[in-house]
This record gives sequence, C-alpha cells and structure tokens, in this order.
Amino acid sequence: MRSLLTMLGVIIGVGAVIGAVSLTSGATKQVEDQVSSLGENVITVFSGNFTSGGMRGGWGSAPTLTLADAKAIMSLPNVAAVSPEVRDREQILANGQNWNTQVLGESPDYPQILDRSIASGAMFTDQDVRTLAKSAIIGKTVVDQLFPDINPLGQIIRIRNLPFQVVGVLTPKGFNLFGQDQDDVVIVPYSSHMHRITTRTFLNDILVEASSDKTILLAQNEITDLLSDRHRSKDPDFTVRNQADLMERVSSASRTMGFLLAGVAAVSLVVGGIGIMNIMLVSVTERTREIGIRMAVGARAADILVQFLIEAVTLSAIGGAIGIAGGVGFSQAVASLKNMPTVTPVGWIIVAVASSALIGIVSGFYPAWKASKLDPIEALRYE
Amino acid sequence: MNAVIKLDEIHKVYHTGEVDVHAVRGISLAIIPGEFVAIMGSSGSGKSTLMNLIGALDRPTGGHYWLDGIDVSTLSRDALADVRNAKIGFVFQGFNLLPRTSARENVEMPMLYHRHRIPPREQHARAMTALEMVGLSQRADHHPNQLSGGQQQRVAIARALVNRPTLLLADEPTGNLDTQTSIEIMGVFQKLNDQGITIIMVTHELDVARFTKRMVVLRDGKIVTDEPVPNRSLAGLELQRLYAAQQAVKLD
Repeated sequence: MRSLLTMLGVIIGVGAVIGAVSLTSGATKQVEDQVSSLGENVITVFSGNFTSGGMRGGWGSAPTLTLADAKAIMSLPNVAAVSPEVRDREQILANGQNWNTQVLGESPDYPQILDRSIASGAMFTDQDVRTLAKSAIIGKTVVDQLFPDINPLGQIIRIRNLPFQVVGVLTPKGFNLFGQDQDDVVIVPYSSHMHRITTRTFLNDILVEASSDKTILLAQNEITDLLSDRHRSKDPDFTVRNQADLMERVSSASRTMGFLLAGVAAVSLVVGGIGIMNIMLVSVTERTREIGIRMAVGARAADILVQFLIEAVTLSAIGGAIGIAGGVGFSQAVASLKNMPTVTPVGWIIVAVASSALIGIVSGFYPAWKASKLDPIEALRYE
Repeated sequence: MNAVIKLDEIHKVYHTGEVDVHAVRGISLAIIPGEFVAIMGSSGSGKSTLMNLIGALDRPTGGHYWLDGIDVSTLSRDALADVRNAKIGFVFQGFNLLPRTSARENVEMPMLYHRHRIPPREQHARAMTALEMVGLSQRADHHPNQLSGGQQQRVAIARALVNRPTLLLADEPTGNLDTQTSIEIMGVFQKLNDQGITIIMVTHELDVARFTKRMVVLRDGKIVTDEPVPNRSLAGLELQRLYAAQQAVKLD
C-alpha cells in the first residue's frame, strides 16, 4: 500500500506525459496526414502578381504562366507529372437543378498529383485534352446537389450552357486544412476550359509532382531557373511553393508542444523522485536492524547500497510502467470518447522508462548510501 | 594445536564526549578448536565490547587479534565483512531474523554475501542441512512470526552455521527464552560442540554458563577468572530434572 502511494508520483507524472503526448501526436499525425493528403511531392507554380496604378493583385492575378511553360516543366528530369490549372467559378445546370461551384481545367495527371482517385467512371484522357472534349469529372458534393437520386455517370451537366458529359466521380476527400470542401468541384480538360468555357490563354497555376521526396527541392530549383529563363524578367513574375514548406510549419508547431510537455514531465517526475527519496529514507530508518543483521553476517557496504538502490529503482520503474499503461489507457479512452486519433510514440515510452529508472537511481542513492554507512553494532542495537 | 582465537593485550577506548571510556583494558586470551567458552560479567564489565571485537564488528584501539591465523585488528571495513561472512556465525539475544521471510530464506541470507557465488540449488541444500542440524527442517517454509521463540533461535543458529564458520558467537542466546526453552537451546549448542564446532557465548547467567566447558569472567575490562567448568550441566539431564520438578508441583 505504501509502495503504491510512493509510486503514485511517478505513475501520475509518467501517465500524464504519455497521455498528453499520445493525444498531441495523434492530433499532429492527423494534421500531417491532411497535409500529405494534399498530395505528396507537390510543387505549385503560381503566376505573378498584377500591379496596376499602384494597386497590387495577389498571386495568380497576373497572366504570366502559359501552356508552353507547363510543357517546358514537363520535360525537366526530376518532374513526374504536370497539370496546368485554370480555375473559375461557374453556375452549373443539370437534372433540373443548379449549383455554383468551382470548375477546374486540369490535365489527366491531376488525380495522380493530388493523390485523388476516381470512385466510378474514369478520368478523361490526353485524347480528350487534344480534342477539347466536353467531359467532366465531378465531386461528391456536386453529385449530392445535382443528382441526389440518380447515377450521375453519363448525365449531362451544363456549364455556360455548354453540355458536358459526366465521365467520372471523385472519391470523397472531405475538407482540407483550410476548410475548403475538396469535393465541391467540377474538373474538365484544361484545353476545354481554356477554349470553350473561359477563352483564357493564361494559366492560374501549374501543379507539378516531383519524382520523389528527395528530388523535390532540386525540381523546385530547376523550375525556378527554367521559368526565370523563359520569362526573362528581372523580378520573378511567379512563385514556386511545395508541400514541404507547409509540413515544416506544422511540425515546428508540434515540436514546440513537445518541449512544453517535456517541461511538465520533468517537473512531475522530479516530484515523484522526491516522494521516492522520502520513502526510502523512512525505509532505511525502519530497517536499520535488518541492515545491521545483514552487515553482521557479512554484507559489505556496497551490498547494502546496491540492495537499496535496486529497491528504489524497482519502485520507480514499476511506477513508470503503471504510468505508461495508465497514460495509454487514458489517451485511448479520450480518443474513443472524443473521436480523436491517438498515437503513442515508442520514443516517448523509452524516454519515460529511462527517466523513471534514472529517477529511482538518483533519488534512491542518498538513502542507500546512508544505509551502507551505518555502523553494524549501532544498527544491531537499534530498536 | 593452532588457536582459533588469539587475543594479545587487546584494548578498546571509546572517545565519547569529554571522557574516554576504557571498555577493554588489556585482555589476552587463546581459544582452541572444539572449545565451548562462556564469557561472563555484569553489565559494564566490557563483555559486549569484547564480543564485538571477537565478532570482527569492531576494531581494537590497541593490541592484536588473530582469528584463524588472520590479524583482524588492522583490516578494512569490507575485509571485516568478508571475515564475518566466512569465519563467524552470529546468534543474537533477539534472534534478529528478517520478518516476512521464510526460515529457509533467513538461513540462506549469509550465502548471498559469500565472496564466491554459491549456486541457488546449493544454497537451498545447505540451508536445509543447517535447519536439519537444529531439528527444524519441517518448518523451513514458516515465517518467523509463525514460530516460537525457541524455534526462531534455532533458525538463527542454523543461519549462523550455514557458511560453515570456524567460530559460533552467541550473545545472550537464551536471554529472551523461558527456562525449558533455554535448556533446549543449550542442548543444541552442546550437540554442535560435540560435533567439533567452537562456540563462544556471552552471558550473565551462571545457570546458562554451566552448560559450557570453560568460563571466562570479566570485570572492569579485565579477565578476573578463566577456568574449566566443574560439574558441567548436560541439557538432557537438566530437562529431566525440570520435568520432575514440574511433576512435583503438578504444573501440567
């Protein structure tokens, strides 16, 4: 019973840390998943800003990126896929309904780049791009709004009164990090978008997939060099961003959280260690006679020291183990109640075990040393 | 024959407070293997101090002490611990068993501190042999609080024997026991002595001392008499006499 109370400090300390770490790393993991669900190894090239009479537009406002740019990027060595992107909001009519949504002009590589898949039907092809086909891929939200009761495949939707045939439906992906509904979208071949819907000659941006996560920076630099060369402009009239930037920001936030937790952990473990030292001092006093007996039958000072150290370490290690179990249990319980993801990092478990053992050694050392310095005659006489 | 114990002009002075206490003032003594010696004296006679010195729990401030040929008076703390472990078996007045630990585990305890590791199987066997010698092998798994005083003292004797010491050192071993149990314990000592084990016993009771073979009486830190015990008591006879006396007053 007393041992349990002694361990409580370490149990609570370790448990709190493991629980909190599990929940935060669960949340971090969720964010990271979302970031990587935007597509891995994706580089986005935005066109430059547009300045007119002192008024400066945002990125993408200036017509600087062309299809030729996109094709040039395609030929770079570390680039796996390219989709020239044209964006527009349109009122869509179909099935006696109408709905305002974003209409994207893309290449057939779009699902691959952004890590999306087609739930039913098929993506339009390069052939469709060449022939300015009136084919459309629609998202789940659009399906729900326009075709609540019927299979949308093969149906006709009207964009600016032009009939497009639905050839595929995207697998739902939900909201992205910025709260945008990724399923409220209609995707058509970029050529059809540029010639039939908007009659635009410039791209909003270019989506690029690097060949691997190792070549992403290389590809980014190559794209920058290529476009600078092609545009021959003093100030770059475009920007190149990648997902790694976003990932970096997210993980730095979670690192800060980690340091905070480590601080809390250190405090609670120190408190736990003081508890163990206290009880070990009491134990040494209570067992003075036992120490005397052991010394009389030939225990060396080191034997006594090791015995009490082992007891202290055992106490704190058991406390640590219970704490880990409690922390994992707590985070699982919270996770299932609040429907949050939880991940218990193995590294933190190792840290918890190591630090609780270390605390046993540190806080047990003084009492053990005191015990080992007892005079056997005095200890035997102790009542 | 080589002496098990040879004390040569042993002195012990305690520096406590302002006055130095001269507890042992020049004791010389030799004890040969197979002896059964009682060290007697009233309190303050220095017998406890002498006992601690003989038991290698303490070092003399003057003189030399050879235990089994080793000059113990100059050894370090750890070396003293090793000497106690290998050469001396202690039996205390208060039994000094570890609670919450079975009799057998108590007996095995000194073997944990042996300089040469003893395999657990052998520890077990030796503990059982030692318990058999004191007639307690059936109670090996009992805890001290399940045993009577006499039985606890037998466990303590078994613990003292388990490392096969050259000397058994008993400090008032019957001080906490009634007459009958005291005689039984003395019987155990006599039996062990008959098997050749050297025993030194500190006591202040003459009745108990009469079970030994040699009586050394101390006063003021010096030996006043050192002579063989005449008409030595034998445990078996004394027990019969006690029963007879109990019968006479119809105690049972």
